Amino acid sequence: MATTTTTATPTPVLAADVAAYLKRRGRWSPLEIAFWIFAFASIWLFPDKYLILKDTAILALFALSLDLILGYAGIISLGQAAFFGVAGYFSGLVAKYGIINDPIIALVCSGLVAAAFGFVTSFLVLRGSDLTRLMVTLGVSLMLGEIANRYANITGGADGLQGVDIAPIFGRWSFDLYGHNGYVYCLIVLFVCFVIARRIVYSPFGLSLRSVKGNALRAAAIGIPVKWRLVAIYAVAAGFAGIAGGLLTQTTAFCSLDVFSLDRSADLLLVLIIGGTGYLYGGLIGAVIYKFLQDWIATLTPQYWQFWIGLVLVVIVLVGRERVEGWIAAARGSLVRLGDRAWTRIRPRSAALGGAADGG
Amino acid sequence: MLTILFDGVAYGMLLFVLACGLSVTLGLMNFINLAHGSFAMAGGYCTVIMVNRLGVPFVLGVPIAFLVTALLGGLFERTLYVHVYARSHLDQVLFTIGLVFMSVAAVDYTMGSSQRFVQIPDALQGQFDVFGIGMGKYRLLIIAVCGLLTIALQLILAKTRFGSRLRAAVDDQRVARGLGINVGAVFGITFAVGSGLAGLGGALGAEILGLDPTFPLRYMIYFLIVVTVGGTSSIVGPFLASILLGIADVAGKYYVPTLGAFVIYAIMIAVLIWRPQGLFARATAR
Repeated sequence: MATTTTTATPTPVLAADVAAYLKRRGRWSPLEIAFWIFAFASIWLFPDKYLILKDTAILALFALSLDLILGYAGIISLGQAAFFGVAGYFSGLVAKYGIINDPIIALVCSGLVAAAFGFVTSFLVLRGSDLTRLMVTLGVSLMLGEIANRYANITGGADGLQGVDIAPIFGRWSFDLYGHNGYVYCLIVLFVCFVIARRIVYSPFGLSLRSVKGNALRAAAIGIPVKWRLVAIYAVAAGFAGIAGGLLTQTTAFCSLDVFSLDRSADLLLVLIIGGTGYLYGGLIGAVIYKFLQDWIATLTPQYWQFWIGLVLVVIVLVGRERVEGWIAAARGSLVRLGDRAWTRIRPRSAALGGAADGG
Repeated sequence: MLTILFDGVAYGMLLFVLACGLSVTLGLMNFINLAHGSFAMAGGYCTVIMVNRLGVPFVLGVPIAFLVTALLGGLFERTLYVHVYARSHLDQVLFTIGLVFMSVAAVDYTMGSSQRFVQIPDALQGQFDVFGIGMGKYRLLIIAVCGLLTIALQLILAKTRFGSRLRAAVDDQRVARGLGINVGAVFGITFAVGSGLAGLGGALGAEILGLDPTFPLRYMIYFLIVVTVGGTSSIVGPFLASILLGIADVAGKYYVPTLGAFVIYAIMIAVLIWRPQGLFARATAR
């Protein structure tokens, strides 16, 4: 990627090149628009599946947060659940004790708390090799689980945090039993977070992250502050994970020690591997496939679905992750070409719509 | 106080036998094997089946558990693991976590989810009382067996031809290969023996650690702590690390029971920040 060198010495011409490149990359493709139209159409298409759809949206946001650090910065983490859990308990506690009643403000705050926590722990994580990172991230989330268990008088311990009462959104839409409002809420939050993540990824900052992932030493040599870039993206990703955790607590009005568990972080890796890393939609598509796979297997063998999940992981690695991602990329490529062709056919008739889409 | 120390040492010895195979494989092939605990579990259940169901004497059941898991480990190494060595760490983590999930569900399916105990012969139950220190006979046996194993391992590594090949391969794989050492075979044997030791540890420790299908998940972090804190360049490092960990864990649970495993994780993170290479490792280029 020759354009990355320009971040070190931004001569006017090259800077303009970078801006043009990023603008080109950052354009919303027709397929993306179709994806989101379908996502929002699901509100009306599958009215009896709100609960699983809602879980999928939360999982997708959570996977998005891991993709930011794994796919874009190359940090292997088994402890993303730490941020999920911290924010989950935070949003549960503020609602229970009526500190912040408005769910949206509470959600933003829980994201900020998780991001702050991510910022603090990032200094622990960014030292050492892959194995050390794995251990420290895992250790941090297990440690938090122990703390939550220890202070059972605040967190409810093994019984979970009960008596959480979430106020209606804008004082109008309450979280009903069927999960309709909950799902719409999760989907909108997911979309907003996705747009923010997309903006980050297609910014010069995102470009510099890619170069750090490619070769940290060379990135440092051309003047990218490697450490601070990693700290920043780690904190941002923690914030997204926190919002996902906050969503789970708000929509279920419950939070248990399970939020810190290793399974949650490991499942998340699987989600990302199914969908593919490093292109934002990986987490989203992976979450959809994973949830429905899990739902399907769980109806077949309620108790032993974990076995099949494990088998999927083993097979994916043995077949070769690159190959699986290659298939997905190929499928994506042909879909994009298909979409583009269809788009150019309708485009003359809907030029105004196309102009609006370029704004992203 | 001394009883705690004694229990801690027994626990630490057990952890060492469980984890030493992992430390060698990690050092040798730079391979992160999170499924190591699954082999320990296999050893434990193997003993349970043989001693409780088939009536094999305990003294015989434990070595058989070693052999069975060693065979199992060798089989897995040749058929599955061998494809994953050259992959990235992420792939290795995914692969071995997948194996852990499968083993947990498979054991749950075949053996049930409740905790199992091995029937220990009466001769090994009860306590000695030496200078006012209560020493459980079974724990004393564990210390004796694990101590002998440690000495044997150290001798094999230091004195035999195989040991020097293994050390050469750990230090520099490519040069070792260039000298005509069959690194693949060395690794296969080491992996099998390491899995067998894990199985042995699982068999001996079923009583103390508690044996149920979630065993690999519960103890995964402990093995990794031993390996990361002890370093992978020798077996002395992991040995000291596991003794320390054993004592710290038992003492922590005794003196501050409400904090649970918190102490262990805190110590681990502190050590990793202080010495990312491990507490006892010499600084290597890797």
